[in-house]
Amino acid sequence: MAEYLLETQDLGISFGGLKAVQHANIKIKKGQIYGMVGPNGAGKTTIFNMLTGVYLPTTGTFFLDGEELKGKTQEQINHKGIARTFQNIRLFSNMSVIRNVMVGLHNQPQYKCSFLTSTFRLPKHFRVEREMREHAREILRVFGLEEERNALACNLPYGQQRKLEIARALATNPKLILLDEPAAGMNPQETADLVRIVKKIRDEFDLTVLLIEHDMKFVSTICEELTVLNFGTVLIQGDTETCLNDPEVIKAYIGG
Amino acid sequence: MAIAINGLSLGAIYALIALGYTMVYGIAKMLNFAHGDVIMVGAYIIYTMCTFTWNLGSMPIWLSSLISFVVAVAVCTILGIVIEKVAYKPLRGASPLAALITAIGVSYLLQGIAQLIWGADQRTISILDRLGTVSLGDVVIKWSAIITVVVGAIIMVCLVLFIKRTRTGRAMLAVSEDKGAAQMMGVNVNAIVSTTFAIGSGLATFASLFYLPITSVSPTLGAMPGIKAFAAAVIGGIGSIPGAMLGGVLLGVVEVVCNSISAVASYTTAIEFALLIIILLVRPIGLLGKKRRVKV
Repeated sequence: MAEYLLETQDLGISFGGLKAVQHANIKIKKGQIYGMVGPNGAGKTTIFNMLTGVYLPTTGTFFLDGEELKGKTQEQINHKGIARTFQNIRLFSNMSVIRNVMVGLHNQPQYKCSFLTSTFRLPKHFRVEREMREHAREILRVFGLEEERNALACNLPYGQQRKLEIARALATNPKLILLDEPAAGMNPQETADLVRIVKKIRDEFDLTVLLIEHDMKFVSTICEELTVLNFGTVLIQGDTETCLNDPEVIKAYIGG
Repeated sequence: MAIAINGLSLGAIYALIALGYTMVYGIAKMLNFAHGDVIMVGAYIIYTMCTFTWNLGSMPIWLSSLISFVVAVAVCTILGIVIEKVAYKPLRGASPLAALITAIGVSYLLQGIAQLIWGADQRTISILDRLGTVSLGDVVIKWSAIITVVVGAIIMVCLVLFIKRTRTGRAMLAVSEDKGAAQMMGVNVNAIVSTTFAIGSGLATFASLFYLPITSVSPTLGAMPGIKAFAAAVIGGIGSIPGAMLGGVLLGVVEVVCNSISAVASYTTAIEFALLIIILLVRPIGLLGKKRRVKV
């Protein structure tokens, strides 16, 4: 068991001559809710893309639970235990809510079911389908989406779509979940609800959470530690209150 | 009555081929123009296996025909997977035009190989034709046409159930909606694309079997049904599975009806493609295609 669930070492990436992220060293303990903040273009989503295998880092590497994951594909990284949501919602919008979650459950070993079993509709196929459906409903219940399970994902209100994305990511049974601006576009009441849900899934599903957010009120209520990025480099790291009151941070954000 | 059955039977053949086009388009976002030639390969395998096993004479004809057909399905399924892995997969990130040109290349490659192996002669073989005809009152219908309609309908129902009700089917839908997001939810995109090509090519082999009673086997056998089935997929709305079925049946019925009226029989193909143009003018996304809202 490694000391940190996620550890990045000197993580960096360049696009041509542009150094989008440099020397990022982030250490997240198991069970933490960890925030990543910074002005637009600071490299937050780029770090998410490196951690999920979308981009290959040009320098440095990262470890999940002591295992190096750099160079693995998106799908392999997901199997190892990192799931994510997207800044601009990317649900399977013409599929029902419950089917979205069932796609997330796709690769859990207990639901493996061979092609032939499905094609010939053997009893195992029906058992597995029933169990998956039940499991998906349980996950939706946590998010208060059980009633909407047969609606098309694209017909949900915006706030619920954001929640469904988290539910779908959760269904892949991750150790670490990356939330990219989960509170964006939410009203204060929805945001308060989100705080409750993120804490609840952390406790109930034994998760560690890394999130990107611009809503400072949300960040200060929920995050235990922060990394503040500016122009692709780490400005400051540490506990949330210290970071948010740091003069450099205020300057970077407000430009004062 | 006979026209209706024959129309539906030709329609079922087009629908089976169109399903291959539409599924591959939905998932890999490319037009697999080599799909028609998979039908041709299927027909040749059935032809070769049947003549071989019939000459052995050790098995009843129905059994050796069935074995030949199963072998053909297996060969075409593998062929579909191999084509995807060798020709299309390396181009997945490239422009859609590159994949399209490659597909046309694969199409001619398959035709060339078939000509090398089997020569350019037209050959005929009767498999389903052996079943003869059935007369209802004063109409005479071929058994082959009835079997085509019935088996075609069963296959399509099974396919829809497969896609709606199984984890592989769901993963296919997810990949067609958003490949990147599906990948990050742990879906093995390569395996899903392979499965899609396998299913499409397997269906194409059924089309080969059903197409044999109304055609002769030659290296260009796949070209005409291939292009018509592609038109059917576009009429139905490319990417839509019920659309491919509807488009296929529609085109098949139109073709048989036109052929039966002597005044327009020689214009059949022109009428079919005129139909395609008219439908696309009225409804550019096809009959059952999904509207893609473009966010500004």
